[in-house]
Amino acid sequence: MIIKQLSVFLENRAGRLTELTGILYDNDINISAFSIADTTDFGILRVITGKPELAEKVLKEQGFAVKITDVIGMVMPNKPGGLHKALQLLTDNGISIEYMYAFASGDGRATAVIRTDTPQKAIEVLQLHKMELLKTGDVYQV
Amino acid sequence: MIWNEHHECMGREQLASLQGERLRQMVERIYFNVPFYRQKLQEMGIEPGDVRTVDDLRKLPFTTKQDLRDNYPFGLFAVPQSDVVRFHASSGTTGKSTVVGYTHNDILMWSEVVARSLTMAGVTKHDIIQVAYGYGLFTGGLGLHYGAEKVGASVIPISGGNTMKQLQLLEDFGSTAIACTPSYAAFLGESIRDAKLDPSKIKLKAGIFGAEPWTEQMRTEIQQLLGIKAYDIYGLSEVIGPGVSMECSFQKGMHIFEDHFIPEIINPETGEVLPYGELGELVFTAVTKEALPLLRYRTRDLTRLHVDRCECGRTLVRMEKCVGRSDDMLIIRGVNVFPSQVESVLLEMSETRPHYLLVVDRQNNLDTLEIQVEVEDQFFSDEVKVLEGLRKRISGNLTSILGLHASVRLVEPGTIERSQGKAQRVVDKRKLS
Repeated sequence: MIIKQLSVFLENRAGRLTELTGILYDNDINISAFSIADTTDFGILRVITGKPELAEKVLKEQGFAVKITDVIGMVMPNKPGGLHKALQLLTDNGISIEYMYAFASGDGRATAVIRTDTPQKAIEVLQLHKMELLKTGDVYQV
Repeated sequence: MIWNEHHECMGREQLASLQGERLRQMVERIYFNVPFYRQKLQEMGIEPGDVRTVDDLRKLPFTTKQDLRDNYPFGLFAVPQSDVVRFHASSGTTGKSTVVGYTHNDILMWSEVVARSLTMAGVTKHDIIQVAYGYGLFTGGLGLHYGAEKVGASVIPISGGNTMKQLQLLEDFGSTAIACTPSYAAFLGESIRDAKLDPSKIKLKAGIFGAEPWTEQMRTEIQQLLGIKAYDIYGLSEVIGPGVSMECSFQKGMHIFEDHFIPEIINPETGEVLPYGELGELVFTAVTKEALPLLRYRTRDLTRLHVDRCECGRTLVRMEKCVGRSDDMLIIRGVNVFPSQVESVLLEMSETRPHYLLVVDRQNNLDTLEIQVEVEDQFFSDEVKVLEGLRKRISGNLTSILGLHASVRLVEPGTIERSQGKAQRVVDKRKLS
């Protein structure tokens, strides 16, 4: 249930993200989902991919600061209140979220990638309430 | 304890007259034995007889590292090779290494000043001292070795490196003193901690550390790790090696052994001699040296001298820890800034390594300082607040050490240029406009 997310430190300079996507392309690595957290000086790219270990290896070889981070993928109905109900569960159980990003998958559902300090507890809570969670094997399909 | 009370506690006037006499003899020696100096003195219209007191020193020419390089290897020697009993050489980070030579008397004098230094750290014949400076062309190992033997301590000439052996001998021999670089001392301390050695088996009480810049924070850390009192020793091979100056137990600067090494502080731009207490470039004249007597050698180290009486009873002037090299100094908003200060801050923080670049610029007639620091792979966090926290911590530490605001920019690992010789640490855009 834990998904391996690839996190990369990026300086804010023109073309840097393109260099990175080029490296992933050259190594036949698909990006299933991503987000960028940006500050004035730098950004942190977070990528969901089917081949996180390979991506980590090739990017490290190219000198990037890279880290694999454990996240969870929460699947919700893509309709009003879908996200709210899921978040309410986490809040009621004292699970705080460091960051998250979400996307709709076009089949009436949406997926939220969540980073929390207590992923195991979050998984237990969500499963107890019959919420669907993304599995590692699903990553290609998202 | 004072090794040589006569010379270390001499009245200042008596000392000046001794220095004057020794300077007079030195100028005579180099005038007649070193063509380089004879020519320089003649060009300035100075003859040996013109030098009578120590105050005449300021009339004499300076010697620079470049002069040593230009006269590589033996051009500035004042004795024939048959009188030279030893060579040492500097590592030479830029260009050729610098060669220095010693006569038998030079070795005796060197042993004497190192014996005085070790005595300041409380080392006596009852001590076992582990000399973990490198032995070889570097002056550290053999310099400390001869001085420690002169004191009568039992010397372990283990040289640098081989940490497991160092730890084993610390335990088995019960070494009570150690001499090495401060960074190696910190490493040894960490190794003792990581190896979970029984602290009661480590008998160390004093450490004599030098040959590289270190900070008060490092001193505290080493003292805690090793359970010792850490002393700062200063020296440079062109003057003699370690033992040019040393801290006494009051640790209010390093006492310079002025009966052998006459210090001056000069304005590095103009060469003008500055009064006690002012910051400037440290210059030494090693008046008793026989093989390589350098006149007013410019160390490029920046420091201050203090002459007020030390509680230890010594009358010798004290020099502060060097704040940097004169050729590296930047003036930003009127504040003197040295890249070495930035380096020391980064070295002290566990999350950073000393890969950095200072970018100085001028915006709206105000100087700005930005320091680029590489994000270390193992400390990269994908949470903005963690990286922002790191950035602010670096900035805060730098601001308090430099005395002016420094903004920090985190950059990707490996993006700051590494060069073979001295790294390019500064981009000063003010000079471009």
